[in-house]
Order: sequence, then structure tokens, then C-alpha cells
Amino acid sequence: MSIDRREFLKFAGASTLLGLGGITAVQELLKTSAGASHVMVDEKALSAKRWAMVIDISKFKTEADYKNVVQACHSIHNVPDIGNPKDEVKWIWTDTYEHTFPGQGNEYMPEGLKHKPFLLLCNHCEQPPCVRVCPTKATFKRKDGIVMMDQHRCIGCRFCMAACPFGARSFNWRDPRPFIKEQNPEYPTRTMGVVEKCTFCFERLAKGLQPACVEKSNGGLIFGDLSDPNSEVRKVLSTHYSIRRKPEIGTQPSVYYIIGGSENA
Amino acid sequence: MYNSGKIITGLIIFVGLVATPFFYNSGKTSVKPEPGIDTPAIRQLAEKQCVEPREFMKANHMQLLNDWRDSAVRDGSRIYVNSQGKQFTISLQNTCMHCHSNKAEFCDKCHTYANVKPYCWNCHIAPKENKT
Repeated sequence: MSIDRREFLKFAGASTLLGLGGITAVQELLKTSAGASHVMVDEKALSAKRWAMVIDISKFKTEADYKNVVQACHSIHNVPDIGNPKDEVKWIWTDTYEHTFPGQGNEYMPEGLKHKPFLLLCNHCEQPPCVRVCPTKATFKRKDGIVMMDQHRCIGCRFCMAACPFGARSFNWRDPRPFIKEQNPEYPTRTMGVVEKCTFCFERLAKGLQPACVEKSNGGLIFGDLSDPNSEVRKVLSTHYSIRRKPEIGTQPSVYYIIGGSENA
Repeated sequence: MYNSGKIITGLIIFVGLVATPFFYNSGKTSVKPEPGIDTPAIRQLAEKQCVEPREFMKANHMQLLNDWRDSAVRDGSRIYVNSQGKQFTISLQNTCMHCHSNKAEFCDKCHTYANVKPYCWNCHIAPKENKT
């Protein structure tokens, strides 16, 4: 059967129309949300323009003060205790003044500070270099300033670990599950081959709770909205002298340290 | 025809090899899996319905879970309002598996049948099986 030019054009036009209809049908199929369903943020959720944390060093006196905070974080987030510095996974940990604030110490600083442990965690930088280098956007900065990790997307390339100037990220060299003493069924574990770090307890903020470490710190850690002049963090920062880690790099960390305590303010 | 004997024998062996799986499985009936929803939490539900109707969940649970993970992790929206206006917390571990605590019966049965190996459980903690 042969068709003339006119027949062909008619057929082609009709197929185009049908084709367009086909595309909308495909789009319709891709839309899997049933009917009027939608997602929303919990009404109880805490929100901010820029979350920040202030660490008041004077409130940490005994070893137990540090341990409580670290324990609170690591137990609820199923952070494994591998017991080997090479494979170690950590979200919040301690180190010396010299390591925490390189170049900011001097020979005759108070003895108490020289050997005092300092709490370290992800700084949730304003300009996070880890986010810039992540090839899969597994790590990203949320609108509220939290530098988040999407473990589903992490391919374990560890560019972010190389980029982070604070060593805040840990890589899972081994399956973490056997090293978790007591699993918290509320929160997932991680798997071998992904990077992880502190998330400012985004899952607790979503439920209207303060981060776990802040809750357990007896006022040593203060958490709040840096953009709100009436927030607790702003009040503390405006009345105390504070320093941040490696400010010269320009990443603008959101974790502030009050070194002298209130008497030296 | 040159070497017809060898060629034909070779062909017969080849066809035989290729058809082995068909012979191997012929006569065996594969039973369609019927995932069980009998768990203590579901038994107590007045209306036994998931976050969406059963037919929708059957066809789209994977897409729904994918959307859920994006909205919870990336957008921070953790409340799902279904087509009937009912609210649910977006969480595989705490919402889905609370009702479907019989993972072996409910998830694995179909996934094994379809040879689908989702890696959800590499991170998400599967519920301890409730055998009551």
C-alpha cells in the first residue's frame, strides 16, 4: 500500500498529537504520590536561619562532663566504638588546645588551658569546603546552616574528608554494626564505605528537641539561632569573648568557644 | 556440505545447553508470594490500611520510600499527609517497620521471589521479629 504526501502529513500530524499525549501520560505515571498527599514540616520542629553552638569551656571540669556529652551523642546515633584510632568513627570528641586552635596558643598561657581537653565537632561552616568538593551532593548545606550528610548518596570517595580543615569527618572502613554496643532502633546505623559526621541532631530538631549533647551538657553547650539577636547564643556571644577554630581559612565555623569563662569576659 | 556431522552435533549440544534452565525448571510451579500482614501492631488497628491504599502501596511503595527519604533527609519535611488527610511521621524504621515488624514475612518474601535486593537494611535497623 502506498500513501501520498497528503496522507503522510495527516498521519504524521496525528502521531505528533498522540505523542504529546503520550508524554503527559508518562508524566502522569511518574507522579506516584497518591491523590492529595503531600509532605510538611512538623509543627513542633525547631527552626532557625543559622544554627550555631557555643561551647563554654569553664563548664567542663571533670572527665565525666566530657564523657556524658560524647556518650549522649554516640549512643543515640549508633556511632561504633571500634577502639582503634585508624578505623575510628567520631561525631564529637576531645583534643588539646594546641590541636584545636593551632597557632593561637603561646608558651606562657595558663597551665589549666594548656592541658585541658576541648570538645570538637563538625563546625557546620558557613562556607563548607566539604560541600563544594562532594561529587554526588551527598553532603549539602541546609537552609538553616546545618551541613548535612545524605548517606544514601555517599559513594565513599572521601573528597570531603580531604577538604574538611577540621578533621570532622570519619570514614567507615569496616562494617560498624558489630562495634555498636547497644543499637538505638530510632536511628539507622551506617554501612561500610560511607563518610559520616555530626549533623547537629537534625532528627531531634525536627521533633522540637535540642541536640543530644546540649541536653546532657549542664549548660556547657548552648545551641540556638545565630541570626536572631534575642537568641541565647547571641546573648552569650555578645557578653563573652569567644574564638573559633582556624578562622583564617574563612570557612566561618558555626561553633564558638568561650575560653576564659564568665569571670574573664 | 562440509563437516555437517560436526556442525549438527555441535548445534544440538548448544541448543541443549541453552535450554537446560528450561528443562530444569519445567514442571515446577512457582508459588506467588502472599506477604503476611499479621503483626501485633496491625492486629490492633481498627482500619487495616497503610499510609496509602493497598493497591497503591503494592505498585508504588518503592517510589514512596524514595520520596520519603528525599523529603526527610534533604528537605527536613518529616510529616506525610496522605490522600485522606491523615498524618504520618516519615520514617522507615519507626513508622513502616512499627506496623510491619514481620520483615521476613512482609518484605523478604516478595523481594526474594522477585530477586530484588534492596540495601535498606545495611543501615536501617530491621525490627526484631515478633513471633506471637
